[in-house]
Amino acid sequence: MRRVLEFLWLSLIVLCIVTTLGCLLFLIVYIIVNGAEVMSISFLIESPRADMTRGGIFPALVGSFLLASGAVLFALPLGVLSAVYLVEYAGDRRMVRIIRTGVNTLSGVPSVVFGLFGLAVFVKLFGLGVSVLSGSLTLGVLILPTIIRVSEEAIRAVPADFREASFALGADRLTTIKNVVLPTALPGILTGVILGIGRAAGETAPIIFTAATFYRRGLPRSFLDEVMALPYHIYALMTEGTKPEYQIPIAYGTALVLLLLVLAINFGAIMIRFRGRRKKRW
Amino acid sequence: MVKDKITIINLNFWYGKKLVLKNINFSIPAKMITAIMGPSGCGKSTLLRCLNRMNDLIDGARLTGKVIIDGQDIYARSVDVYELRKKVGMVFQKPNPFPKSIFENVAYGLKIHGLRDKNMLYTKVEQALRDAHLYDEVKERLHGPALELSGGQQQRLCIARAIAVKPDILLFDEPCASLDPIATAKIEKLLEVLKKDYTIVIVTHNLQQAARVADYTAFLMLGELVEFGPTDRIFKSPRDQRTENYLTGRIG
Repeated sequence: MRRVLEFLWLSLIVLCIVTTLGCLLFLIVYIIVNGAEVMSISFLIESPRADMTRGGIFPALVGSFLLASGAVLFALPLGVLSAVYLVEYAGDRRMVRIIRTGVNTLSGVPSVVFGLFGLAVFVKLFGLGVSVLSGSLTLGVLILPTIIRVSEEAIRAVPADFREASFALGADRLTTIKNVVLPTALPGILTGVILGIGRAAGETAPIIFTAATFYRRGLPRSFLDEVMALPYHIYALMTEGTKPEYQIPIAYGTALVLLLLVLAINFGAIMIRFRGRRKKRW
Repeated sequence: MVKDKITIINLNFWYGKKLVLKNINFSIPAKMITAIMGPSGCGKSTLLRCLNRMNDLIDGARLTGKVIIDGQDIYARSVDVYELRKKVGMVFQKPNPFPKSIFENVAYGLKIHGLRDKNMLYTKVEQALRDAHLYDEVKERLHGPALELSGGQQQRLCIARAIAVKPDILLFDEPCASLDPIATAKIEKLLEVLKKDYTIVIVTHNLQQAARVADYTAFLMLGELVEFGPTDRIFKSPRDQRTENYLTGRIG
């Protein structure tokens, strides 16, 4: 009896892991198979043509790049400095724990809510319109909790010994943070940044109302122009396309590019973390 | 005639509500080695950290009394704590070089105090490494990572880092606690040389070490200064029963 139970239990957990991996594998293979037929160099470097039925996704690629970099440019200083405050200055007061809980909660808010927030604040209130800038700021707010949390962990992991050594030489707090704490925490912070870029590049909902457009001729000329972006391009092709027999393959191709991009970015984060851990000796 | 460098007057120290140092009074002579010894948890390290105000950084730490260095109470309002810490260097129990190159470790103190000139930096770093008896072992790899040195070398690097900014006083908080006997012997030999130029205060719970290196010894127990005097005298004819008990291994 016991051995039967043991066997059933083992079968159950093996089934769970097989299902999980199976879904993931199926997703990746499905995207690759369906996306591969349109994939080519010209798909990456050409603009869409003929009512989005031909051509490539170059403007969307550039748009996603602009949006993600803009988001990081905005969220990195804000996030890292917030983390510095939380770890180095705030101590362990009640208020700080509340702030931390708030930050963590923020990372669980559905991304479409960030989209609405961006629409209300950046597009309307600040009058930035539907633009690269509005989209970047919205995505920046979206990845802020990730950057704060990862940076906080990285800064907290810097041994107190290093800070003491610096103070004992007559350094003040700012000097110590600038010259010892942040350089030591850098690999960890970079991991957060890269994860943030990956997230920002892949999100659709936050940019629907704030930055993205279905089609524009050429690249945006300023940060106040609308842009095309990879995830929105997929969404638009699948929902608004008039010639699905041409457009669905393009959507899969776009999905493949996006998938590879995000995987590559995450792989970069893993490499940085791995190298940082190997070098670590304290 | 022995000249006093540091005078501690009626020093009380609290962590939160806990009184850890009780009315400490004694003077530390200039250009000699003074050991602070006593059982674990007696407040040795806390006392040492009162001398360069490292305790300022701890939440809930409070202190009354005076610590006078060169005629100036270091807890007076007008004192610049960063200048104080430059003048009173410190070496910690666990070697704690920065995760930077050997050169950058020693140059750190000089740089934060405004030295930018490359040649000057190099000269001073080399001198500090020589003074810490480390230069010959690392001269081929000054720009290699400090964390690849052995424990004993790392500790001498920390000494070089501390003396690079030309302090008057060097505080050592159990500097050999994590080192093997050979590395310990090297550090002790180095202390003998350094005392020509620096006033040295060393915390140790190793009796033999105090006996070997210290000119004066303070014996601390449960936050009280039990006895202070020339090391020979403390070891040969302790005046307090508690000191005698500790030295003969009955407590501690």
